Amino acid sequence: MPQGHADFRELERANRRDTGMLVVVFLALFCALGFGLDILVGALKIANGRLTGFPVLTIAALIIGSVQALISYYGGGALVLMSAHARALMPDSPKHQMVLDVVREMALAARMPVPRAYVINDPAPNAFATGRDPAHSVICVTQGLIDEMDREELQGVIGHEMAHIRDFDIRTMMMIAVLVGGVAMLADFVLRWSFYGGFGGRSGGRDRGDSEAGAIIVILVFVLAILAPLFSQLIAMAVSREREYLADASSVEFTRNPRALLRALEHIAQTESPLSNATRGIAHLFIVNPLEGAGESGEGFFDNLLSTHPPLPRRIARLHALLGEQATSAATGAAHS
Amino acid sequence: MGGWLILTVLVLIGLYLVFAYNSLVRLRNEVDNSWRQIDVQLKRRHDLIPNLVEAVKGYMQFERDTLTQVVEARGRAIAAPTQGARLEAENQLTAGLGRLLAVMENYPQLKSDQNVLQLQEQLTTTENQLAFARQAYNDVVLQLNTRVETFPTNIIASNFGFKAADYFKAAPEEQALPKVDLSLGAPGAPAQRQ
Repeated sequence: MPQGHADFRELERANRRDTGMLVVVFLALFCALGFGLDILVGALKIANGRLTGFPVLTIAALIIGSVQALISYYGGGALVLMSAHARALMPDSPKHQMVLDVVREMALAARMPVPRAYVINDPAPNAFATGRDPAHSVICVTQGLIDEMDREELQGVIGHEMAHIRDFDIRTMMMIAVLVGGVAMLADFVLRWSFYGGFGGRSGGRDRGDSEAGAIIVILVFVLAILAPLFSQLIAMAVSREREYLADASSVEFTRNPRALLRALEHIAQTESPLSNATRGIAHLFIVNPLEGAGESGEGFFDNLLSTHPPLPRRIARLHALLGEQATSAATGAAHS
Repeated sequence: MGGWLILTVLVLIGLYLVFAYNSLVRLRNEVDNSWRQIDVQLKRRHDLIPNLVEAVKGYMQFERDTLTQVVEARGRAIAAPTQGARLEAENQLTAGLGRLLAVMENYPQLKSDQNVLQLQEQLTTTENQLAFARQAYNDVVLQLNTRVETFPTNIIASNFGFKAADYFKAAPEEQALPKVDLSLGAPGAPAQRQ
């Protein structure tokens, strides 16, 4: 990850590239497990060094996962809002009016249609975005965010959420969820099947070479089935964290003011407390991890690996670097558009 | 065999041409749209100013100069005969509004007037939206110009009449203002004023 001398555009480019690589690795893992399973059940055969047949189970896992994903894609936004008990944000007070204005301002900067604004009755300052594409999106803030943040900080936070919408992060994470679910399904299938001794006689009637190859494949698939669910979770969480960094950089792209999000995150770091309405399923949508309280930000290695969000201190450090970069180029008189 | 290869290459080139041309059209339309967004904000600002001046005038008798400058700049902007004159008047209006909004901070009585507070917020957000509209315009102009100037899309661009667009530049007066700079590049500044 580029640090230090990067402006927000370079950070965005690097993030998108890293996300792409992670997705490719994930797809490879999915295919390895799926094809391996298909070979074992005989749907795929290796003959003369070529694969023939149809990877029935791989495709089935993809289809089932996709149906699940489509359901949550189209209905998911409403479901999330309902489960969080969100209500539409009305201009019934000067502060609420200001929040609505900031949403409009950020939509202009992001060159996107204005998302609908919702609010959750929770004192912990946090926000999330949901919706399948920019034209059907929602930004939801907590009452705590409205009460605690000033206009500049709100611009930073809402800019971050706007970035998630613009970059189709909700869609990306849904695709990742399909792959995670698919891997879990395949792994489950392998372990159940082998538990009932299903793999032994499949390659019956072959010569010695084939049954040795068969045995190796069985072992490989078995090992994959045990490790894959863990790896898929790690990859999914890594993708989620990359998107969070990207949304931070994009927020700076919109506001051109690293201080906005920086102050907001530092503010949140001081007042961090768990959000009562958040469940594990929607945790990744929030600007800071809603399931952790203050002092539990888990700086440990394993905490970080399984977290949907990067550690706050590191996000703050990157914003400081962007601020320094901006100050440097302003001082040298470089044109800053 | 060679025939198929040539055909494939031609088809691919054709597809690329279509894609590149369409992206140029899309960017040019975005540039036009972004410019119109700026216009929308400018007009909104013109409509808001009379109400604000009327509402604060009673509290701020000693700031007659500041108020007058704002009203006059607005008048010039609306009546400007050329684009250049209009641009200059609008920049002066931005500067004048910045001074007015800053000076309003010295009058705590204003904060108790709901009407004034509402107008102040409307004006603040309009100034912000204007700044972001200009920023969005410059961003998309950057994208268009990059496409128009880099190889190989520059070939398509010159053949079909796509030209680089002009950036929106802030006037020197705006940049002279230290804290209340509402021009390009500091839309976050109004946070000082809430």
